[in-house]
Amino acid sequence: MSLRFESVSMAYTPGTPVLEDIDLDIAPGEFVTIVGASGSGKSTLLSLVAGLTKPTKGRIALDGRTVGGPGPDRGMAFQSPSLYPWRTVAQNVAFGLETRGFSRQARKERVAWLLDEVGLTEHAGKLPGSLSGGQQQRVSIARALARSPKVLLLDEPFGALDVQTKEDMQLFIRQVWRDLGTTVVMVTHDVEEAVFLGRRVLVLASDPGRVARDLRVEPLGEGLEVKRSAEFLAVRAQVEDLVRREHRAHLAAAHA
Amino acid sequence: MVSVESPPVERATAPAPRVKLLKTKVSRRTAWILRVASVAVPFALWWAVSGSGVVPDRFLPAPPQVWAAFTDMVASGDLQNDLLASLGRIGAGFGLAVLVSVPLGFLMGTVGWAQPLFEPIIGILRYLPASAFIPLLIIWLGIGETSKIALLVLGVVFFNTLMTADVVRQVPRRLLDVSATLGAGRARVAARVVFPHSLPGILDALRVNAAVAYNLVVVAELIAATSGLGYRITRAQRFLQTDKIFAILIVIGLIGLTIDVTLRLVRARVGRWSV
Ligand SMILES: Nc1ncnc2c1ncn2[C@@H]1O[C@H](COP(=O)(O)OP(=O)(O)OP(=O)(O)O)[C@@H](O)[C@H]1O
Ligand SMILES: [Mg+2]
Repeated sequence: MSLRFESVSMAYTPGTPVLEDIDLDIAPGEFVTIVGASGSGKSTLLSLVAGLTKPTKGRIALDGRTVGGPGPDRGMAFQSPSLYPWRTVAQNVAFGLETRGFSRQARKERVAWLLDEVGLTEHAGKLPGSLSGGQQQRVSIARALARSPKVLLLDEPFGALDVQTKEDMQLFIRQVWRDLGTTVVMVTHDVEEAVFLGRRVLVLASDPGRVARDLRVEPLGEGLEVKRSAEFLAVRAQVEDLVRREHRAHLAAAHA
Repeated sequence: MVSVESPPVERATAPAPRVKLLKTKVSRRTAWILRVASVAVPFALWWAVSGSGVVPDRFLPAPPQVWAAFTDMVASGDLQNDLLASLGRIGAGFGLAVLVSVPLGFLMGTVGWAQPLFEPIIGILRYLPASAFIPLLIIWLGIGETSKIALLVLGVVFFNTLMTADVVRQVPRRLLDVSATLGAGRARVAARVVFPHSLPGILDALRVNAAVAYNLVVVAELIAATSGLGYRITRAQRFLQTDKIFAILIVIGLIGLTIDVTLRLVRARVGRWSV
């Protein structure tokens, strides 16, 4: 009963819903990936959970409580790391902890722990501008995790990285998920990534966005070599077909 | 298409000409030579022309005469007093303008209602040349310090407000979103995100407008004052002392340069992350 969508609809302009009647239950500790054609409303769905936008109908509840705005129980990271360029790596991670309720000592310990978790301890004092794209994304994820959110929302977090870095990051985020036990909801346009990481893959339909398919993926193995196994390729092809079908339908609707 | 039979591609022996337009590199040494030349060449030209006797001394004094006029003014203490008077006015007028315009611009850039409320009136006012207000300010406030400080405020406050507002609006949406998800409320976002992100840009605007304030104070003193660098110029004009005028102009230029370099250093220090 952790994260719950109750007939959620969202329209930026009245009359043209981006998401319509979404019902969804995400259990605590799940790793859910979301794929779908461009414009199907994946980012919108995440920003609804983050509380950055409000649904026009329905409600989203986290542990029974309606989401009314952004809050530290939901951490978020975007494709662009969006770090504070004037703050050091450690200060970036500490941003969410700079409120009452965290002593200086508690903050320091937490930041040190997070930097260790994301493997950036020796970069703590650097400015983000001097880090690589993958390192910046690690900082952004560590920052999102600072207040121990119940849900970690990731919007195409590795979309801008090269293939090798991306695969490192996939193993990294799975390790983080294992270590922390938070729910992860990750949007990606990379079906291989979605099937590799997600224990559950949601395929969104377009016009308006709806959950077209809700697939459970059994863990096929740990390492990257799984991506070449027959079972993996079969699931991947299945999801790709679904996405492609939605994409075609979207194009047809656009031309009609 | 590449096929086995295709003729071998001719290898260019000369390296292809590189496009060098935007940032042609110049060595540090050359750059310094150019910097020195940039000042030394006009100076040498001045010396040569004034020494040649083509132009009467009264119009174009030679550097040694100007130096003598300068040491005279320093010896009598006039120059120091005038400089202090001018700088005091800038400090008060520009400082006041900054105290008003930075918070106002910040408000316009961040709060929804402030922009439509202030933008139209400021947009109109900033096109009125500040120096055209001098007669009015003298009628209202007399020829004392108040009218000069008011002129500086008028000349700087509108531009600096709009420039600050523009800078503030440049904070990326994403950074604000991220901050909200990290639990930061409006006040904390303003103080910890918008302000530090805007600070280098705000300093850039200040640097531009400090030059405006500096020019304006001299203009104001030319028209009505009993002290200040501008006043000293009008005095010298009355006695046809072009050597003094030259000396004061050079002092004005050098002080201006000092202000600019100082602000530039501060800006570089504060905005290390933004380069
Ligand atoms: N702030 C906004 N105002 C108006 N329309 C918007 C806004 N954000 C998104 N949209 C529209 O909503 C639809 C869904 O956008 P969204 O960004 O959620 O899609 P997406 O699935 O994340 O796409 P992509 O894969 O390209 O990132 C698009 O048609 C987009 O034009
Ligand atoms: Mg998106």
